[in-house]
Amino acid sequence: MSVVGGSDFAPDVTPAPGQQSQSLLRINAIGLYTIVAKEISRVTRIWVQTLIPPAITMTLYFVIFGSLIGRRIGEMDGIPYTTFIAPGLIMMAVITNSFGNVVSSFFSSKLQMHLEEMLVAPLSYVTIVFGYVIGGVARGLTVAALVTVVAMFFTDLTLKHPLITLVVIVLTAMNFALAGLVNAIWATKFDDISIFPTFVLTPMTYLGGVFFSISLLGPIWQKLALINPVLYMVNAFRYGMLGVSDISIGVAFVIIVAFFIGLLTTALLLLRRGVGIRT
Amino acid sequence: MRHSSRDSWDNVNAIEIRQLRKTYDNGVEALKGIDLTVTEGDFFALLGPNGAGKTTAIGIMTSLVNKSSGTIKVFDHDLDAEREAAKSCIGVVPQEVNLNAYEQIQRIVVTQAGYYGVPRSLAVKRAEKYLKALRLWDKRRDIARNLSGGMKRRLMIARALMHEPRLLILDEPTAGVDIEIRRAMWEFMREINEAGVTIILTTHYLEEAESLCRNIAIIDEGRIIENDTMVNVIRKLQREVFVLTLSETIDRTPELDGFPVSLRNEHEIEVEVSKERSLNELFDALSSRSLHVSSMRTKTNRLEELFMRMVDDKRTTS
Repeated sequence: MSVVGGSDFAPDVTPAPGQQSQSLLRINAIGLYTIVAKEISRVTRIWVQTLIPPAITMTLYFVIFGSLIGRRIGEMDGIPYTTFIAPGLIMMAVITNSFGNVVSSFFSSKLQMHLEEMLVAPLSYVTIVFGYVIGGVARGLTVAALVTVVAMFFTDLTLKHPLITLVVIVLTAMNFALAGLVNAIWATKFDDISIFPTFVLTPMTYLGGVFFSISLLGPIWQKLALINPVLYMVNAFRYGMLGVSDISIGVAFVIIVAFFIGLLTTALLLLRRGVGIRT
Repeated sequence: MRHSSRDSWDNVNAIEIRQLRKTYDNGVEALKGIDLTVTEGDFFALLGPNGAGKTTAIGIMTSLVNKSSGTIKVFDHDLDAEREAAKSCIGVVPQEVNLNAYEQIQRIVVTQAGYYGVPRSLAVKRAEKYLKALRLWDKRRDIARNLSGGMKRRLMIARALMHEPRLLILDEPTAGVDIEIRRAMWEFMREINEAGVTIILTTHYLEEAESLCRNIAIIDEGRIIENDTMVNVIRKLQREVFVLTLSETIDRTPELDGFPVSLRNEHEIEVEVSKERSLNELFDALSSRSLHVSSMRTKTNRLEELFMRMVDDKRTTS
């Protein structure tokens, strides 16, 4: 085997105490970039699995619910039905893809044990969490862009409040990327990463006002619908695009931010305690 | 070599473990309060039978296993209080292959460097250096899944070196590797140790430990039962059995004064030499019988024999 002695191989000298925090900041900045680059590279490498299927699924939704059924429905909250469901379908794509990206990437690295590469390194838990979250957001927003292009073939989209639209879509993607991370940290087998999307995420999304206004529901069901966080995200996003919402935008933001803080805290606590990743 | 700083490291312990305990959730007490010190620059063997607690100890040192109690310092950085600084000093080659099977080899090592804050441009240079050193450069564009078992082991060593750690922990690095590659890996490990890297090695090849390591700890049932220099440990061996190949053909067991002998075949005998007797005395005894030795080897590895005896003695006592 070739020789390393005689080259410049040598361990790094431990930094002086004053330099340490700066050095750790640099380690984490490069570490964050590395995780994000790895995650984005994964999405683009397997683009046939990560980007194309959601675009096709959403095209089918627009064809069936928008063009075919939507023509018979007419208007919802004074807006053509195809236009009404467009923000909801974009949001649905963001939710499922930001969640799915993180849950599959983190869980597969846990299963193949190469997550250990990251766990032995001097990265802070915040860096690890945000690395995966940014990766999830990147996929969520890329798919959202594709779905928006698809939507434009079926309806005329407007952007009444661009800033609200942007903030809501990014926060929603972050929330569900975090939810995917929490799910993947907990999970010990494949069943564990399919139970939440099947029994919780999908019903929440379908009942979260993607296809209908909650004004169609009876008083009791309207109240029950309010416990669903997706409802706030979809409505805030619809408000940003179309200017209509079943929910107060202020309340929607409070709920979205509260979920973000709750999920972020949970993810950090789980990593710190080593739940599901350390024995 | 960047060894101008090496003098300043004198008397620093690479690892200082105090009263380390680990009880798993299922109640198994894997570590029962071990104390261990590895000085900087050492090539240290951590040996023990399967399930003795070696991998648990390494898991705790590398933050992959939660300890129950005790303290660990890595180059004076407390693993609890200065987690990041301590982890920066360590490179680890785990026992089980933990590579991203579908990732390109070069990307695996460059990504690992990034986790330690090594800028990409430097990481790319180091990737070339270590992949070449470990004879993997030609495979750099292959995915890890396509590598042989030995190549995967070498890739894990290259990956562990990407941030040029001060302490390298190798948990069974040559398991399943053929003899030629194993010898080359030994040479490589010697070189990086000579370059100033402290190495902690666990292995089932006791010949490997004896050949490479200067100090040794034997762990059994969660306790350190021996911790000394390799020379001192080998000295504790009370007897050794040698296999002698004779120039003459013999048809019965020769009698050698004070040396128990057994016949293996018409050209080979086994002779037991106790600690009190010298090999000169053995050769004198053979000469007196007009027997000439054409070659000689130990029947079992010395450390292996000692290891088995220590573990057996300990279990008999307890």
